[in-house]
Amino acid sequence: MMRIPLSALIGLTVTAFFFALAVFAPLVAPYGIGEIVGDVWEPMSAQHWLGTDNIGRDLLTRMIYGARTTIFIASAATLLSFTLGTSLALAAVVLGGWVDMALSRFVDLIMTIPTLIFALVVLSVMPASILILIVLMGLLDTTRVYRLARAVAVDINVMDYVEAARLRGEGTRWIVLREILPNALSPLVAELGLRFIFMVLFVSTLSFLGLGITPPETDWGAIVKENKEGLVYGIPAALAPAVAIATLAISVNLVADWVLNRTASLKGGRNA
Amino acid sequence: MRDSVTHSLVDIRGLKIGATVFAPGEKPRDIEIVHGVDLTLEKGKVLGLIGESGAGKSTIGLSTLAYGRGGIKITGGEIFINGEDILKDSTSDLRNLRGRKVTYVSQSAAASFNPSKRLMDQIVESCLSHGLCSRKDAERRAIRLFEKLGLPEPETFGNRYPHQVSGGQLQRAMTAMALCPEPDLVIFDEPTTALDVTTQIDVLASIKEAIRETGVGAIYITHDLAVVAQVSDHIMVLQHGRMVEYGTTDQIINNPCEDYTRALVSIRSTIHDETPSRGQPVLKLENVSARYRGLNFDVVKNVSVEIHPSQTLAVVGESGSGKSTLARVMTGLLPARDGTITFNGDILPTALEDRSKEQLRELQMIYQMADVAMNPRQTIETIIGRPLEFYFGMKGAEKRARVVELLDEIELGEGFLKRYPAELSGGQKQRVCIARALAAKPRLIICDEVTSALDPLVADGILKLLLNLQEIEQVSYLFITHDIATVRAIADMIAVMYQGNVVRYGAKSKVLSPPFDDYTDLLLSSVPDMRLGWLEDVISTRKMDSAGN
Amino acid sequence: MPTHLILLVIQRFALGVLLLLASSVLIFAGTQILPGDVAQAVLGQAATPEAIANLREEMGLNEPAVSRYLSWLLGALQGDFGTALTNGADIGSAIAKRLSNTLFLAFWAALVSVPLAILLGLIAVRFRNRWPDRLISAVSLATISVPEFVIGYLFMFFVAVKLRWVPSVSMLNDSMSLGQKLQSIALPVIVLTFVVLAHMMRMTRATILNVMEAPYIETAELKGLSRFAVISRHALPNAVAPIVNVVMLNLAYLVVGVVVVEVIFVYPGMGQYLVDHVAKRDIPVVQAAGLIFASVYILLNMTADIIGIVANPRLRHPK
Repeated sequence: MMRIPLSALIGLTVTAFFFALAVFAPLVAPYGIGEIVGDVWEPMSAQHWLGTDNIGRDLLTRMIYGARTTIFIASAATLLSFTLGTSLALAAVVLGGWVDMALSRFVDLIMTIPTLIFALVVLSVMPASILILIVLMGLLDTTRVYRLARAVAVDINVMDYVEAARLRGEGTRWIVLREILPNALSPLVAELGLRFIFMVLFVSTLSFLGLGITPPETDWGAIVKENKEGLVYGIPAALAPAVAIATLAISVNLVADWVLNRTASLKGGRNA
Repeated sequence: MRDSVTHSLVDIRGLKIGATVFAPGEKPRDIEIVHGVDLTLEKGKVLGLIGESGAGKSTIGLSTLAYGRGGIKITGGEIFINGEDILKDSTSDLRNLRGRKVTYVSQSAAASFNPSKRLMDQIVESCLSHGLCSRKDAERRAIRLFEKLGLPEPETFGNRYPHQVSGGQLQRAMTAMALCPEPDLVIFDEPTTALDVTTQIDVLASIKEAIRETGVGAIYITHDLAVVAQVSDHIMVLQHGRMVEYGTTDQIINNPCEDYTRALVSIRSTIHDETPSRGQPVLKLENVSARYRGLNFDVVKNVSVEIHPSQTLAVVGESGSGKSTLARVMTGLLPARDGTITFNGDILPTALEDRSKEQLRELQMIYQMADVAMNPRQTIETIIGRPLEFYFGMKGAEKRARVVELLDEIELGEGFLKRYPAELSGGQKQRVCIARALAAKPRLIICDEVTSALDPLVADGILKLLLNLQEIEQVSYLFITHDIATVRAIADMIAVMYQGNVVRYGAKSKVLSPPFDDYTDLLLSSVPDMRLGWLEDVISTRKMDSAGN
Repeated sequence: MPTHLILLVIQRFALGVLLLLASSVLIFAGTQILPGDVAQAVLGQAATPEAIANLREEMGLNEPAVSRYLSWLLGALQGDFGTALTNGADIGSAIAKRLSNTLFLAFWAALVSVPLAILLGLIAVRFRNRWPDRLISAVSLATISVPEFVIGYLFMFFVAVKLRWVPSVSMLNDSMSLGQKLQSIALPVIVLTFVVLAHMMRMTRATILNVMEAPYIETAELKGLSRFAVISRHALPNAVAPIVNVVMLNLAYLVVGVVVVEVIFVYPGMGQYLVDHVAKRDIPVVQAAGLIFASVYILLNMTADIIGIVANPRLRHPK
């Protein structure tokens, strides 16, 4: 049996809880997403667990729908950056030569501009639809996944067992899928968690700046933006999504940490 | 000499050393590494500590400095240096012990010197920080030591940075650093193990000379009995943290009492009878040259050798001789730039990609580091079974039966089928690699330093297994090694490589008999003999032709 | 300095210039060669065809992209970024004022965070695996997991609104004394410090640990040197370059953090300026601001690399 440390268990539970909220949002949300149900910035009460927002909508409902958008966009963008980044990196390592050279230099180039700045430049001419956000964030982050996956794959590619497979005459398919990938998986899975956190922070930041999710859709960053004026009057509504973002990010971090630590021992990978 | 006669230099009683193991995913647990060792050393004498990896010899050596690496702690017993119990010492007493009374020479001087400071600053540091003498005097001492240790340009040698001098010179510089504060005891921890044989002998001779002249006591730690026999007065044999045998060097070498010691002494005595060259050669290299991309010179120059059926060709040379590159050329990983390779009578394409599956099958390879030669995510069954599936299309029960057969041949058995490489010992891993090569039913196996990473007794077992399998399977070996004893044990033919050239080639009996060329002479004479006085003999004969050095 | 070292530095410098050029191409391309008509995007769907045609003319969109890029770049090199679409103001002079404000903020944030990060890193190493180390690790993990604006609003809510220690909005004008200015930027400086501190501290800790585990530290200990001598004579000379490198990389990170922090505290700097004009689709301003952010980022990365080259004993004292 696998023994899961307490911190990872907490991380897993909280992460699962947030994902469940996201998936079942319409079922669990007490009110409609745009429904005005009370006064502006009502305090917490039995009707409105988290109070109401800047135009009198139920904050808990907003938060649940926000979770749906945030988590969906972050997951989709992570998936995109991960598949693309990993495939490109494996291709670069296995094919080597000019393919590797061209891909790596191109990635270096993209990375000379800070991700957020690059995103802002692009969003100044593109409409910020959910699809465009996913593609933009996914593509920009592909560079980092590529770098990590390439570094991991290069380390594995020079191992004698990969050379042994080459000398045996194995094709590229076997070498990538059976020799390199299984050994690259653990560090990559841990990285998957970190990339997901980054995406959550990224999309929240964009929405907070007013350049990401726009009404009628909402996400956690946008809820902060909508309610930030309240803070000056001592109304903490904007802190609810802020805390949610932090909780989700820390939970995923705890899980990623555990996966990474497990990787340190390579005892066959099954009973470890 | 006042009261100093009353105490031994080192007196260790019932020493126990433990460590805490932090296995990932498990609770930390304490283990014992050394289980109660007693040891004494008189002033000015040299004690050799010998044993295989895990014997606890380095740990014991460092304990005389009251020091343990990475969580290693002394858990019991007493250590007296000049009659003083150092385990009861305060921090300031310990500082007075370390670097002043006891000093240390490590295996890897290259890593043990601070890369950003000049050698001289590091060598005189102990003298200065302990207030033993002025900087000027300390530097004078250092320069005298440089002279004694045969370092080039002793006056200015210390002005260099560690990366500016060679490995052999660094090892000597570290000896100078240890001797500079004129300590009572020096711990030599495998000081020549990382060096090439022809360099090892010079460093060994200069260490011995320096010990004799300064009259310092020393503990010399090594896994190589022949080396320790040259420098020590007494030898202690250790195994798994326990003493096996203790005696004078003469008694241990010539008259060992314990089986384990006898096994260590007889290691280098295996000699395999030569198989004559019969029939058409399996592999024939004609004027093969190769270079790496970006180099403007050949790493392998104009090499021509042959390997006949059921024969072993040993390619011997030091690091940088091009012997491993030669293996890469044969496998096609580094296509030859010039020359032809004939395999089974056909011209073999130079590049790996152009070779047929059949050609690949018949030419297999075994690596030095068995741990990285096997995919840690595959079971032993998959590892050995894959060539069967890939070359012969075997599946299911048939494949498994053959894997079990191979496991029996390498003396491991069916129980290993479901295990992963990490669960095997070093020798077992290498056996699995051998089985994987055999699974392809090859005509030739290239063995690249396959025994160098193993303890001597384990290595001996691997060599015997390889010889056995050669008889059963009628396979030829190309055996790459730096170790002449291994060559004697396994070779039929020998090629000596030096700076990319084959400088001597022929049947073992011919190559290893005089008259020798200069390099082969140097190489052969540098290999330590398991007898007393060997070092002096070699140095006295070598001094004549290296007088100007 | 030996000549080949100078050569390496020049090489790295040239690479920096090249990257700068390449990033200017990227920024230009990012706003110009994207699908859809830029003028349409700027004016919105409701714009009349005439208005679009006029804007195209004004922006020079009828010229080929290459010549537009070249004239933009040449202008930028002379500090001429053109005029803003929204109000026709000169971008260069608007940026000058805001850049100095941003640098003022970043300077104080760096002044606080760099020594603090190194100090905390040293404490974590000194008490490795004991509670001070664990506490620092836990807190830094938490701050890494939280976006800048969350930290910003938490501070604003508790320190500015609840405790009323400092204003919640960071105004800045020329009539303010340095003391007043500093009070005004106190909160953004604290938030920025938090944003870079965790990364900088973790990397510093890792760097020092890496050096402390080197065999030459063992050699120094076995010489009977005092703890202080081991660290000051053997660990520090080898740790300084990597730590400076860490600091530089994190200052580059600060460049990004500043964008968000300025928006939170309505601080009149480059970040605020950029975000405002992205929303207004004022492309010339976005290009100019983007280029300046990228330049600072590239410059800091280049400095980090050059320090690494110069500090390497193998390169400084060749064979």
